[in-house]
Parts: sequence; C-alpha cells; structure tokens
Amino acid sequence: MNWAEFFSMGGRGFYVWGSFGVFALAIVIEVVLLRQRVRRAAAGSGEGQS
Amino acid sequence: MSAAIEAPERAIWLAAARDLRLGFRSRAELIQALVFLVLVVSLFPLAIGPESAILKRVAAGVVWVAALLSVLLTLPRLFSADHADGTLEQLVLSPYPLPLIAAGKILAHWLMAGLPLSVIAPLLGLQFGLAGEELVVLTVSLMLGTPILSMIGAIGAALTLGVRGGSILMALLVLPLYIPVLIFGAGAVEQVMASIDYSANLSLLGAGLLFGALASPFAVATALRISLD
Amino acid sequence: MNLYKYAAPATFYPLAASLWPWFAGIAAVLAMAGLYMGFFVAPTDFQQGEVYRVIFIHVPAAWMGMFIYLVMAGYGVMALAFNTRLSAMMMQALAPTGAMFTALALWTGALWGKPTWGTYWVWDARMTSTLILLFLYIGFMALNNAIEDRRRADKASALLAIVGSINIPIIYFSVKWWNTLHQGMSVSPTSESKMASIMLWAMLTMTLACWMYSIAVALVRVRAIIAEREAGADWLQGSKL
Repeated sequence: MNWAEFFSMGGRGFYVWGSFGVFALAIVIEVVLLRQRVRRAAAGSGEGQS
Repeated sequence: MSAAIEAPERAIWLAAARDLRLGFRSRAELIQALVFLVLVVSLFPLAIGPESAILKRVAAGVVWVAALLSVLLTLPRLFSADHADGTLEQLVLSPYPLPLIAAGKILAHWLMAGLPLSVIAPLLGLQFGLAGEELVVLTVSLMLGTPILSMIGAIGAALTLGVRGGSILMALLVLPLYIPVLIFGAGAVEQVMASIDYSANLSLLGAGLLFGALASPFAVATALRISLD
Repeated sequence: MNLYKYAAPATFYPLAASLWPWFAGIAAVLAMAGLYMGFFVAPTDFQQGEVYRVIFIHVPAAWMGMFIYLVMAGYGVMALAFNTRLSAMMMQALAPTGAMFTALALWTGALWGKPTWGTYWVWDARMTSTLILLFLYIGFMALNNAIEDRRRADKASALLAIVGSINIPIIYFSVKWWNTLHQGMSVSPTSESKMASIMLWAMLTMTLACWMYSIAVALVRVRAIIAEREAGADWLQGSKL
C-alpha cells in the first residue's frame, strides 16, 4: 500500500483523519494548557500568594 | 421548635406547614409559575404552527418540558429566603433531624409547584388535542414525576445556595438529572397515544419516587451542611 | 506500610512528580503500538471499509469518559466520608480530562456516523447518553468554579459527582428505553456482529493508552492544584515543580 492510498482511506480520509486529527489536537491542547497551569502555579507558590 | 423533642418525625410536618404558610403569603409567585407554564406551552403552536396532528404528536413532550422549566424556576424559593434571613442556619442547628426538615421542605415545594401544575396540565393537554385516557395518563405521570423533580431540584438548590450566578448554574446541574423523569413521564403519554401498555413507565416513575423519597432528604441535608459550614 | 500517609498533599506532591513520567511513557508506547495495529495490521472491514478505523479512538474515548466520571465519584465518596482534601483535588484533576474524552467520543462518533449512516448525528441511545454525560461534566466543573470557598467547593462537587454517578445508570437505562420506544436507530458503533480479534486488541491497546494518559495528566494537574492551593505552605517552598 502506498502513502497516497493510506491517506485517502478508501475515499473516507476526511472522516478518519478528522477524527484522529481532532483527537490528537485535543490532547496537544490539554498538555499545553496543563504546562501553563503548572508554570503559573509554580510562580504563584514561590511568591507565597494564593 | 425548642425544648426536648419527643417525636422527631414531626419535623416533616412542622417544616412543611411552615413553608406552606409562608408560601401562601406570597400567592402571587405560585400563580406566576403556573402562568409561566401556560405561557411556555402556548408558545409552541405559535412556533410550529396550528396543525392539530403535529400538535397532538408533540403534546406530551411540550407539557413535560414546560413543567420541568416551571419547576426549575421555583427551586430558588426552597431555601433562598430562609438562607437570607438566617433561618436556615437555625434549622440546621435545631434538635430535629435535618433530613426530615429537608423532606418537609421538599413536600411543601411539591404541594406548591408540582401539584398545581399537574392539576392544570389536562387543560393544556386539551389545547393540544389530547383526550380521555391520554389526559388521565398525562396528569398521573406528572403527579408521580414532579415530586422527583422537587427532590433532585432541592439537592441542586442546596448546593448552589448563595453562589454567584446560582440560578443558571442550578439549571445546568439539575436539568441533566431530570432527563430520566422526562423520558418516563412523556413516554407514558406517548405510549397511551400509541395504544401500548404504559404501566411500565408509570411503575418506573413510582419506583423513582420511592427511591428519591428515601435518598434525597439525606442528600439535601448533606448539601445544606456543606453550604452552611 | 501506611497508605494513609500518601493522602496528605505534602507527601503526594513529590510522589506524583516521580510517577507521572512513567504513566506518560507507557501511554506513548501503547498509543504507538495501538495505532500501528489499528492502521497497518488490522484489515479493512468488509462492510464499512476503512472508516471503521475511527473505532480505535471512538470507543476508548467513550469508555474513558464514562470510567473517569465513576472514578471521580469514587474519590467523591472518599472526600465526603474521610474528609480527605487530596481526593477532592483528584476529582478536580480528572474532570477536564474526562470531559475532553466525552467530547471526543461525540466528535468521532459524528464523523463516523456521516459516512456510515449518512448523518452526523443520530439520537441513538449511546450518542444521547454520552451527550448527557458531557452535561454532567460541565455541571461538575461549573459548580466547582463558582464556589469561592475551596472547602465548600470540594465537598459540594463531591456530593454532585456522587449524585451524578447514581444517576448515570438510570440515565443510560432511560435513554435506552426511550430509544426502543421510538424504534430509532438501533445500529450502534460497537455492535459489530463479529470483530476480528486484531481489531479488538488494537482497540484495547488504545483504551489502555488513554487510561495511562489520563493518570499521567491527572497526576500533573493535581500537582498544579496542590501548588495553587497550598501556595505559601512551608513544605512547598523547598520543592520545585
């Protein structure tokens, strides 16, 4: 199987990659937001504020 | 409510009688909730057209959804006035068991919100072309279902007591939990319209009512303690 | 060994730090294995063609959405019964991830539904109950955010999670009941009559990957929550994130 065939997913690429893509995107967004939160929390706890 | 308590179960009746007395003092609010119900139901023919076949088809769902919203609007009444003037704190500290007081308040709420609503529901059903047994099943399903709405609603009202944006938050918490009641209640009417045996739906509502009556006072009491702690 | 020791945020904080990379690593390895099996080993489905491969994330997302809510309710019981702050924090650490998986289950279900049934959304029993589950998550997070006093927010959301979890089976049952009454779509993503065992294995591997990911994310998030709340506590000053 070549790559073009793989990405077309039998003509249903939009649905398959739309699912997997958004899934991956959601996980990336969650991880990024979480990193920001951890940084903010670390900064906050260092200064001793609530 | 002072002195030693000989019969703690009296808390239900004392709390219910007190809330009913206070409720009837502000009759206007009770009537407004019913007017709201009639108004919401009347919006549907205007929105989807007066064809009687369609209206009859959606009647059960419309009346039930309107009943849900009407009960939802009256939920803040359960605790907010008592919370504002400090009575609620005294009730929590009173020698009577808090779950029984909560049960009394739920009972009073149903008598003032769910019961009148169930009584006028047949009129609304008539407007939508329901007849005979369909109207009876509509009323019975509301009579069995609206107490559950008061019970679940009381938990939501107690949890959101004094919280900013409380009423919209309460709707968010309570409406998803109302869904099974809606399904079984409206479903019973749909089944009688399709000449199917509807007794299972009503039995399920009855089972829910019993379970709710046993469990919800404790949940409400816990929620009140959390909120007033 | 005294397990209760770990219920204290001060002891759990460093423990979570040393644990989460392991879970994240296992999740990554399992996800790669699962995706490889799903895309390159599992054969094309003879009925649905290639689209069925959405199953490898749809079903794990739906299961995790459901499972995380029940875990939250379990922590809620602990929070109310033993008055442990850490269990309440774990609930709050899990909720966003659970909501995310539930939303992803709906999204992937819709994208699967279009080519399979010709419509993005059917009021089928599973999709509908998943939607309600998402509402429960949103309500949980909204209540938790709305209450200023943390102690009250902890306990109130714990009670809500418990009430919600008692309702979940009732909701699932009622929606199923409603669905059969209306003779709606009875086809459903997971009711494949015969699933090749490699498909099943790929699906289970992906589910496990999502599970490990959830644990890793929850551990990191609970650390952030501890740091936010205990800001200024002595034991936190010395440790770094």
